[in-house]
Amino acid sequence: MKSAEKVARLLLMAGLAIAPFPAETATAKDADRSPSLRLPPIETHGFYEMRAGYRTRKDKFAKDMSIMENRLQIDLYSYLDWGDIRVKGDVYGDLVEEQGDFDLREANVFLRPFDFMDLKIGRQILTWGTGDLIFINDLFPKDWQSFFIGRDDEYLKAPSDAVKVSLFGDWANLDIVYTPQFDPDRHIDGTRLSYWSSPSASLAGNNAIVHTDRPDRWFTDDEIALRLYKNINNYETALYAYHGFWKSPAGQNAPMNQAQFPDLNVYGASLRGAAGPGIANIEVGYYDSTDDTSGKNNLVNNSEMRYLLGYTQEIGRDFTMGLQYYLEQMLDFHAYKRTLTSGPARDHYRHLTTIRLTKLLMNQNLRLSLFTYYSPSDKDAHLRPNIHYKLNDNLSWELGANIFFGDYPHTFFGQFTNNDNIYTALRYSF
Amino acid sequence: MRTLIILTVALSLGFQNQPLPADEQLDVQTIVNKANLVAYYQGDDGKAKVKMVITDKNGNKRQREFVILRKDVKDGGDQKYFVYFHRPADVRRMTYMVHKHNRLDKDDDRWLYMPALDLVKRIAASDKRTSFVGSDFLYEDVSGRSLEEDTHELLETTEQYYVIKNVPKKPETVEFNYFTVAIDRNTFVPMKMEFYDKQNELYRIIESKNVEKIQGFYTVVKSEVRDLKKQSKTEMEFTNIQYNINLNDRIFTERYLRRPPREALR
Repeated sequence: MKSAEKVARLLLMAGLAIAPFPAETATAKDADRSPSLRLPPIETHGFYEMRAGYRTRKDKFAKDMSIMENRLQIDLYSYLDWGDIRVKGDVYGDLVEEQGDFDLREANVFLRPFDFMDLKIGRQILTWGTGDLIFINDLFPKDWQSFFIGRDDEYLKAPSDAVKVSLFGDWANLDIVYTPQFDPDRHIDGTRLSYWSSPSASLAGNNAIVHTDRPDRWFTDDEIALRLYKNINNYETALYAYHGFWKSPAGQNAPMNQAQFPDLNVYGASLRGAAGPGIANIEVGYYDSTDDTSGKNNLVNNSEMRYLLGYTQEIGRDFTMGLQYYLEQMLDFHAYKRTLTSGPARDHYRHLTTIRLTKLLMNQNLRLSLFTYYSPSDKDAHLRPNIHYKLNDNLSWELGANIFFGDYPHTFFGQFTNNDNIYTALRYSF
Repeated sequence: MRTLIILTVALSLGFQNQPLPADEQLDVQTIVNKANLVAYYQGDDGKAKVKMVITDKNGNKRQREFVILRKDVKDGGDQKYFVYFHRPADVRRMTYMVHKHNRLDKDDDRWLYMPALDLVKRIAASDKRTSFVGSDFLYEDVSGRSLEEDTHELLETTEQYYVIKNVPKKPETVEFNYFTVAIDRNTFVPMKMEFYDKQNELYRIIESKNVEKIQGFYTVVKSEVRDLKKQSKTEMEFTNIQYNINLNDRIFTERYLRRPPREALR
């Protein structure tokens, strides 16, 4: 992480160092101008936010406060003849972890060197795929911790330190994202949320922080993600491939008591377009867990097939509903069952449904929304109600909650039932 | 946006250089066709910077600022729009793209790009009579209402205007009973639209406040909508208007949605 940040900063500085040159050429004839005036124009924006949240039930492995932070985001942007530079970072003080921190969200240079090519180099947020809060072929890092403690949705996406090459052709377009050093999810590790610890087969939290053995060798423990896509009469089709690692811990190094990120390849496809009065999407992915091709290693996740079907429709004035059905199918399930030594077994199939309801009121200044995950096979659920009101063009207020249900403590949402929380935030954007 | 439509609203007094001969009587279909082209299809493409001020009944003001790019696929038919938001701060850098379809049975294709998430979202909206960016202008005011949706009747021809009554063919799909539009006889710019609700009461007025001739095209550069029920109004002003700027078709694709064209930045 540290080294990646350094690289991003270096890139940024390199970019800024080059930046004045085109300006210099442009103003070279103007001898009266002092060099200090030749800097490119920089747009400065951002926000200041106060966010507070509390748990609605006691959790012996966590504090009562779920979130308590002040955050300042500064977004600097400049565009020159040869490209764009962006630096965006958050400074925040947090009372739950009792520390201040800097989160560099973006630090990149964007270039359009040829008619058929775009380049984005540096720290950046990356997203593709068709799911709504369900990701199959989007293997860019997520911040699940932020997602469950009530930070803004923006923070679900963690930044990547990567190079994105986009090629555009008549026949199709190709995105290539190369990440020289593996960027894992900001996964649940016990610091902020209690979770199911499979090594101890019990719920745990700040008493058992997950230690990981992250693959971190530059240019060896790297990731590559590809998307080949084409818009056919506004039906968006895409093929995907990924070579890297499980993004959240998906294996155990038992002797070292370390969670691991085993090797992973993913191959998938998606389609999105108009259907009837709404928008339909379908996406599939084959998760090839190459460290356990036979499925017999009970310490490494098995290979999986993942399927998603979604439909979004406007059901009233400024009122939309989105439905999704998602299926995870464990491959080599019988080998998994045979070799499982302890703990509750996962199901062969995990079914998950989602509903999103969004209603806008008061000239679209008030947004009421509810996103719900419900798994009939895991018998667990996660509700995300949210009220967002724009008091004026700069100030907005938000109230929301993260609520979990589960019949079992080891299922994906069931493990978080002690983490129910309610939060509120006030944000001034500039 | 309706902005573009209104953009082309005609100017009335003073600028009538060539009044039509009094004996020339145009039929209503010709008038609405011409007005539609003037309001929404000037040139092959165009660009404008748009500033909106929304004032609610308590006098609270909110502002919107965006750049809109438009390209006609076919005059009087399909179009492509690209909108890049500059203000307010919480939507800054968002881009919005529309592939507008003139066919009644086909919804427009709409996308929204949210830069903080790098997310290309497809918008499932079939109701065209919802507010555009929280203003008193409706999506349909901005993108244009298909002439096929209504029957048109020439109510009167005054010195300045053709006054046309438009009655929806499917009244259950809209909130109004009918609307009238006063079209400038010289420029064919729609100068005033008045919407009547199901009780036949006037509740909504769109006016072209200022019209200029830009590159030979009559253009509404200032318009205003008033919602008499909500007692709110939205003023819209266009600057940096340019026509026939040879916008490439490629601009209206995911590539530029994720990273807007230079034309949209200023």
